[in-house]
Amino acid sequence: MIQTSPHAEAAQTRTLDERSLYLRRLVLGAVRSAGRGHVGPALSLIEIVRVLYDDILRIDPKNPGDPERDRAILSKGHGCLALYALLADRGFFPLSELDGFCGPNSILGGHPEYGMVPGVEASTGALGHGLSIGVGLALAARMRGRAYRTFVLLGDGEINEGSVWEAAMGAAKHGLDNLVALIDYNKLQSYGPTDYVLPLEPLADKWRSFGFVVEELNGHDVGALRGALGKIPATLGRPTAIICHTVKGKGLPVAESNADWHHKNKLTEPELDAIRVAVGDF
Amino acid sequence: MRNTAMNMVHKLAARDERVLYIGSDPGAGTLRAMSKEFPSRHLIEGISEAHIIGMSAGLAMEGYVPYVNTIATFLTRRCYEQVAVDLCLHNLPVRLIANGGGLVYAPLGPTHQAIEDIAIMRALPNMTVVCPADADETTRLMEQTLDWPGPIYIRLAKGGDAIVSKAEHGFKIGKAILMRAPGEVLMVTTGIMLQRALAAADLLASQGISAGILHMHTVKPLDIEAVLAAIRGVGLLVSLEEHVPTGGLGSAIAEGLIDRLGHGLPAMLRLSLPDAFMHNYGSQDSLMKKHDLAPAGIAASIQRAVAASGVSTPQLHSTQAR
Repeated sequence: MIQTSPHAEAAQTRTLDERSLYLRRLVLGAVRSAGRGHVGPALSLIEIVRVLYDDILRIDPKNPGDPERDRAILSKGHGCLALYALLADRGFFPLSELDGFCGPNSILGGHPEYGMVPGVEASTGALGHGLSIGVGLALAARMRGRAYRTFVLLGDGEINEGSVWEAAMGAAKHGLDNLVALIDYNKLQSYGPTDYVLPLEPLADKWRSFGFVVEELNGHDVGALRGALGKIPATLGRPTAIICHTVKGKGLPVAESNADWHHKNKLTEPELDAIRVAVGDF
Repeated sequence: MRNTAMNMVHKLAARDERVLYIGSDPGAGTLRAMSKEFPSRHLIEGISEAHIIGMSAGLAMEGYVPYVNTIATFLTRRCYEQVAVDLCLHNLPVRLIANGGGLVYAPLGPTHQAIEDIAIMRALPNMTVVCPADADETTRLMEQTLDWPGPIYIRLAKGGDAIVSKAEHGFKIGKAILMRAPGEVLMVTTGIMLQRALAAADLLASQGISAGILHMHTVKPLDIEAVLAAIRGVGLLVSLEEHVPTGGLGSAIAEGLIDRLGHGLPAMLRLSLPDAFMHNYGSQDSLMKKHDLAPAGIAASIQRAVAASGVSTPQLHSTQAR
């Protein structure tokens, strides 16, 4: 049977390129060092964060406070290892910081903190906060006549929170076409499938009915992400929601769509071997 | 007091382009003049307090000074995590103008009575908590809000409260005002308990008990130095608040005294609402009277405490009203 939906494509994406594998090695290396970390939520995000930071965001790691920079908020703060990997790789802070993840003197906690981590725009971790902050940033850009765009990365479990939908109404009210909500739709939250915990479907229709321009794509397809994110604002006067169909734990077969890998403590030798097979030596 | 606060937002907006008014779903016509003069800085965002606090944080990150306004319970209970994380953790200059602090909405019942707001707001790092006593003091407070570095919770009373504050006392956030010189007793008040304390002091004077008043408009940061200075020679320290006994002004003073003195604490009487939701309606005044926070009840409680202790110098025990 031929399946062509973004969801099916995400599941069927078997080959990740060397950069995607490298970023996964950074994430998993930090988990190995710390003996803990949200693995699944970070691995589903890698391509989304990668395309944002490699290709889309107008940012300068040497000048992270530039008023004209694009803003990105990782509202699903527990996916921070993906963000840390990109920020380190792009030079916001040394790669060696990743080894100290969650350590007593590290700048890198289990959720990202503004003021602690260069390049992090807002402290997140409590879910359902980022889109409202993003509305404020995007509205400020409009009021100040600034050209920067605001991108907010949300988890699918996160959008259980009612505050997300309050923010969605606010974004539509103000016609914030400089605001993009990216939903990491990996279909699996902490307890289990999103369909079981609190069904989200019809998700695209929900965002559309809240006034957003909606695009759905395979969130592991770097080309598709570049295409969608390269045309913001998508429609003048309307905010954009990009539903990124992803696989939790993507790229690590033992972790893929496996709720046990939502958060992982000390990795065992067999698990470390499985990681080496999947992403290479790390 | 509320009209004064709103008009001050308009005045500050005229003076400083960073100032925004953000209401949820306020009464019809709230700040209409501002909405006409500065339409882009007069924002009505709907009954969505959690979102509004987050959005205000985003605007403050970009240099704005948002004045967020709705009913006190909804600015505190409803969106506590947003206040804690988005405002306090980021230490952003957002001003929360809380209508109807305490028992102002008495007839509307316990969902609308903000009687633990001081406790939960002052528990948050970086938060400043101010309870002005009247409209004039509100004006003086609002003048200082433009450049205060972090978030501020402003507990407004009903409006039409008797003007008892005095221009000559000035106003500085975090600096208590000695309204009457201490006698045998020192009352420490916040918000509109100042009016009640002034009347209670007169009643006590007629009974031969001299009572001073220290007005602690700012509960956080608490001016404990002013308390320490004012209790010298005082036999009984009394805190007065339109708030549950947990975590409010009385608690803050007791904590401050313990931290500063460690031993030799003064005799203390905490007058407050009980640790209970209010199931009677009526009015702010009728509920205050019911809970002995009207002047006569305050004076009687103090008289009893003075008689029981029989002291005119600091003692090593503390008492509680109920």
